[in-house]
Amino acid sequence: MIAGIALAIVQVVIVGAGAPLLVGALRTLKARLVGRRGPSPWQPYADFRKLLAKEAVVSTTTSWVFRATPYILVATLLVTALVVPVVTVRPPLTFAGNIILLVYLFMLGTFFLALAGLDAGSAFGGMGSSREVAVAALAEPTVIVAVFALALRADTIDLGRIVERFGGEPWLAANPAHLLAFAAFFIVMLAETGRLPVDNPATHLELTMIHEAMVLEYSGRHLALVEWASAMKLFLFMTLLANLFVPWGLTEPSGPVAVLRGLLALTGKLALLTIAVAVLETAVAKLRLFRVPELLAGSFALAFLSLMAVFLVR
Amino acid sequence: MTRLAYGSVILFGIAAAGLGGYGVAGGAGTLRLTWLVPLGGIELTLDPLGGLFLALIGLAVVPASVYALGYPDGDTGRFAYFVFVASMCVVPLAANTMTFLIAWELMSLASYFLVLRDRESRESIRAAWVYAVMTHAGLACLLAGMLLLGADVGSPRFADWRAAASALAPTTRDAAFVLLALGFAGKAGVIPLHVWLPLAHPAAPSHVSALMSGVMIKLGIYGLLRVSLDWLGVGPPWWGAALLIAGAASSVIGVLYALVEHDLKRLLAFHSIENIGIILLGIGSAALYRVAGLDALALLGLIAALYHTVNHAAFKALLFLGAGAVVHATGTRNMEAMGGLIKRMPWTAACFLIGSAAIAALPPLNGFVSEWLTFLALFQNMRLESVGQNLVFTLGIASLALTGGLAMACFVKAFGITFLALPRSDAAAGAHEASPPMRLAMLALAAACVALGLGPTLVVPVFGAVAAAVLRTAPQATGGDWLTLRVSGEFASLSTAAIAVVLAASFLVPLAALRLVGASRRTRGYETWGCGRIVQTARMEYTATAFANPFKRVFDFFYRPTKRLDIEFHPESRFFVERIEYENPTRSIFDDWLYRPALDLLHAGARAVGALQSGSANQYLAYILVALLLMLVLA
Repeated sequence: MIAGIALAIVQVVIVGAGAPLLVGALRTLKARLVGRRGPSPWQPYADFRKLLAKEAVVSTTTSWVFRATPYILVATLLVTALVVPVVTVRPPLTFAGNIILLVYLFMLGTFFLALAGLDAGSAFGGMGSSREVAVAALAEPTVIVAVFALALRADTIDLGRIVERFGGEPWLAANPAHLLAFAAFFIVMLAETGRLPVDNPATHLELTMIHEAMVLEYSGRHLALVEWASAMKLFLFMTLLANLFVPWGLTEPSGPVAVLRGLLALTGKLALLTIAVAVLETAVAKLRLFRVPELLAGSFALAFLSLMAVFLVR
Repeated sequence: MTRLAYGSVILFGIAAAGLGGYGVAGGAGTLRLTWLVPLGGIELTLDPLGGLFLALIGLAVVPASVYALGYPDGDTGRFAYFVFVASMCVVPLAANTMTFLIAWELMSLASYFLVLRDRESRESIRAAWVYAVMTHAGLACLLAGMLLLGADVGSPRFADWRAAASALAPTTRDAAFVLLALGFAGKAGVIPLHVWLPLAHPAAPSHVSALMSGVMIKLGIYGLLRVSLDWLGVGPPWWGAALLIAGAASSVIGVLYALVEHDLKRLLAFHSIENIGIILLGIGSAALYRVAGLDALALLGLIAALYHTVNHAAFKALLFLGAGAVVHATGTRNMEAMGGLIKRMPWTAACFLIGSAAIAALPPLNGFVSEWLTFLALFQNMRLESVGQNLVFTLGIASLALTGGLAMACFVKAFGITFLALPRSDAAAGAHEASPPMRLAMLALAAACVALGLGPTLVVPVFGAVAAAVLRTAPQATGGDWLTLRVSGEFASLSTAAIAVVLAASFLVPLAALRLVGASRRTRGYETWGCGRIVQTARMEYTATAFANPFKRVFDFFYRPTKRLDIEFHPESRFFVERIEYENPTRSIFDDWLYRPALDLLHAGARAVGALQSGSANQYLAYILVALLLMLVLA
């Protein structure tokens, strides 16, 4: 029990404190790739400090939904952080519902954030909300279906045990179902966390933006919380991708050494994945908005094929 | 008088719930009145499955009737309402064909009169007409199926069918299954027999809509359960596969129609189709597992279906009651004329939000629990050997996942456009909170959604016992302690109570963290940022149509939207626009490709037969003579 709570705290701290660094590193890397010096990887922490010192401006049109949403959003992501196998194969809250819980927790956050986008009554917020839920409605089912394809082959829906199983028998990964699921999951990760080619995290141009339009009305501490939540979502999706498809380095939480080893493995994997995402974001242009759902429908189809492949190739 | 009427219905509901609870707990009883009607007389039997549906009806009738006490025009249609409730209560108890069909038809007729409440409006008349036609087509199927079975078994009693099921010829069983399943699926609103549902539910008063959507269509599910798992014994695998595919289609298509619907009550009616689909996914998987001899998984599928049945009754009744309060306060069902109601009707808004989160299956509310169970029931199809069946299950998983995402999107629209931002019309600006009985009913249902969400460890064993009684096996699908529900041994576990506690604790983390790092606590109210415009009006808000537009474009092969844009310019100059009219309707593929051709065929057939009708009495006498001769020759 004590060990479980300690592990929960460690995991939340890794996700909560590491997420801004991941975002910062990604920005620095992208800047370097296009020949700019760019900000330091620690810049997001400085941004948070600045935002927290400012007053929050809240539109008088809004209701309690708008003010409660940043807190609800952060809460859902903190709970999600306990369901994902971050540094060990036994995430503390895995018993409470597993992969299905994970996806529906993300949906809970999206639900409230999209409501908050509508609450201020400006066209920007509504536009962002509408686009965000359109992306989420196609992306989140893909996560379930893709992970189910892995789960079927590992014969468990426990995320930690899936990692354990594939870590023990790496040849299982050489299978069409596995590759299709990876492709589907990768596209969804980009879409869900608002990266190129789906959404551009660096712009406030109204014709192209999705997530940034929805949170336009937030300021001060509320904005800090929303940005923190976005960073955690990116961190969790990348962790999930890294640990599910590159399942090495994670063990049972037998002691501090195991946790430390898991952390080192995670850092390495995330570093590689960050480079991959940065290169990808530098290389591709943003898709036209109405091509995005086609991409997502494509990724849903890939995940569905992956699930079918499990039975057809068994 | 109104008080007396609804008060007695409330007492009736409590009594029904009590009797149903007794049945669920294992109590049995039979009431026989053979002298009352021919063909076996009236026979009522209480068993666990019937008891569960009876209890569900009773528990839904109580809040709906309390709501009706505070509903402004609740004093019309009291008699039809009473007949409706009473006949619904008889359906799950009926133990022979005669009793069942009488109760079934009374239920349909009473609800027909409730749908036809507004006899001046063309819309209402059309809704009632389509409802009457569809429900009687369904009744014809049921009658044919039941007579077929009754003649073959030699008894109108359901208990005799159950005993004789395994000895029946396969073709008879299949024919009976198809006829009965079609009849029940029509009442449940399964795609493509759903056309009456989005017309009839909105036309009825809201407490009746809540009952029609919450429990009446569930009696279709009750019938499907009896047909696929009880009366006809263990059927061939294609029964289960057909139910699963129908469920997959209904869930996705139902939510797709709801997404582009901007009449609040019609939107909810389309969501009923979606949820019926989810229930069918559970029933279909139960039937398929049972054929394969996997009793524990069949139990799990049935538990998921029963749980979702009860959950849907709770949140759909809540949402319909909330919608009724909104419609009454604003005088319109059109979401484009609403907005800002969260400030004018805070109680209704809070209840509607809980209902929205529950129907979108967001944790830790009740919709999440039953969808979780359905996912697990579908997911364990790897224990089946047949690849064809595996692929059918895969279809079910994919459609359930897609439905979850789309339902979330749809309820962002339903709640956001209706309750948030600025009011889009004067009626919405002048809206008022619902009366105390209406609020009480909504609060009770919202509490039920939360309780069913947090207490699966207490509720699932009850459904497990009912499911075990239906499948005649030992209850063994689930286990666990007060905190955690375990499914299929160690395969998976769920603890919504733990989720709720951790969520609540995590909610405090950002509050504490902000305090700890010394964040500024100042807040300033100001107007919404608007690129330098002077004043913000409701016309600048996003509309429901615009909100749904991305979905319209993604699924345009399904919606087949048409566009019409009329612009009237000022006669002097084209730079001044006087009026813009924009229409972007969608077309129903079921109307165009199924019902329209069928109706055309019917008309053509009627016209062809009409040639016989000359109006001359001599000719008619000749017909009679020819018919008589033919019969004599044939006999």
